[in-house]
Amino acid sequence: MLAEYSGVLLLLLVALIVAGVMLLVQQLLSPSREFAEKQEPFECGESPIVSPHQRFSVKFYLVAILFIVFDVEAVFFYPWGALFMDLGWFGLIEMATFVIVLGVGLAYVWMKGALEW
Amino acid sequence: MAETIGKILFVLLVVMGAFLPMITWVERKQSAVMQDRIGANRANIAGITVLGVLHPLADVLKLFGKEDFVPAGANRVMHLLAPVIALVPAIITLAVVPFAGVYDFGGENPFSFVIADVDWGLLYVFAVGSIAAYGTIIAGWASNNNWALLGTVRASAQMISYEVTMGLSVVGVFMCFQTLSLQEMSLAQDSSFRLLGFLEHFGLFETLPGWLAWIQVPTWGIFLQPMGFVMFLTCIMAENKRPPFDLPEAESELIAGYHLEYSGMRWGLFYTAEFLEVPVIGCIVTALFLGGWSIPFLDTQTLIGGIGSFFGEGFATGVVLVLHVHAFLAKVVIMIWLQMLIRWSLPRFRYDQVMDLCWKIMLPLSLVNIFVTAVVLLWFQEVVG
Repeated sequence: MLAEYSGVLLLLLVALIVAGVMLLVQQLLSPSREFAEKQEPFECGESPIVSPHQRFSVKFYLVAILFIVFDVEAVFFYPWGALFMDLGWFGLIEMATFVIVLGVGLAYVWMKGALEW
Repeated sequence: MAETIGKILFVLLVVMGAFLPMITWVERKQSAVMQDRIGANRANIAGITVLGVLHPLADVLKLFGKEDFVPAGANRVMHLLAPVIALVPAIITLAVVPFAGVYDFGGENPFSFVIADVDWGLLYVFAVGSIAAYGTIIAGWASNNNWALLGTVRASAQMISYEVTMGLSVVGVFMCFQTLSLQEMSLAQDSSFRLLGFLEHFGLFETLPGWLAWIQVPTWGIFLQPMGFVMFLTCIMAENKRPPFDLPEAESELIAGYHLEYSGMRWGLFYTAEFLEVPVIGCIVTALFLGGWSIPFLDTQTLIGGIGSFFGEGFATGVVLVLHVHAFLAKVVIMIWLQMLIRWSLPRFRYDQVMDLCWKIMLPLSLVNIFVTAVVLLWFQEVVG
């Protein structure tokens, strides 16, 4: 069992080393000539007048909430799908009940206009 | 342990050493062919250009020589960390990809060509895939730039939306194969069935013309779940943020989106991740829908038996292993070609179209797909047994 995980860990280690080495080599080779105008955030040649760290459209927040609801639903599908043949018609009816509840939720969200951009 | 290291070396050499640089070249050459241009052909060593194949090498060397730029007011730690978080998931997804099947060489355990042969392979793919979104989100947030932040909020909403549909569109596949392990799915796809064989149970089989009755189809995901294939490919391409889903980058609107304030190899890591995702997507789609390493109509036992009758069992197993690796890579190449074709054929969507496609079309459709699959499977179980 542990041997299975060791492969994942080893590859993770290799991936981190690859990324680290690429950044390190650049640090060694690249020039660095910094001055105040160059360090300014890029805004098509103008000096930025507003900070990006302020309010933005609430739509994106709404999508995140919807994501939580429907991703949890997707997670429930996984064990059910993998054991589907053993559960049979009973499992299908159980799942249909669960999805109808969520389907009503989706219809509500849709009618409320949360999916409009 | 030595076996695991060997597999990791193979995967890194093939995917990162061969596929990755070639894809940057194919991207330029295929687009050139499609747009009636010549494409990259200048980079050379002593005047030898080899059709521009040397361009990836020149690109890497150039990136190493660029200044490592961090804008004023940026979060320096997060700015450095973001490209690493974007690249690492793309590499470690390969841990569960089966490059070839399970072979008995007479050792203690049969040899299975996966770095980590786990039962929860597909869950792992999705878990790791969602980490990649953090790289994008942190990059835009840490850059202290308005354009970058716009790209980031677009990317975050797009990526999490498509994650839901991606998860739901493959449920049908593991309902058919009854497993979450990619290796077991590939093993299940290593056979074929008569396309109209089910008509036997209605006594209609004899009424068909003979040639039609015996049409064979491999038990690949794409034949069992055509709907799932189309939706999964769309979702996973949207996750990768390449055109036509490149709204987080959108050069003409957001300049370059979330990686606007990146230069040199930090930018290079984002692009490595994006290009690496192309063969990784190819691998996952192949394992799920295109039969993995299996060769159509020639299952492993037949192959080993056929070759083994001439050269002996052990040698035949080795030959079949090599054949399967090549079959897998050939399918991956086809998937890469398909992705490039889509990338250079379709214009960029509008943002509302992207979100509508996900929430209003594919989400209901994937739920319908699951229930149609469920009813058909149970009905088959009762009628066919």
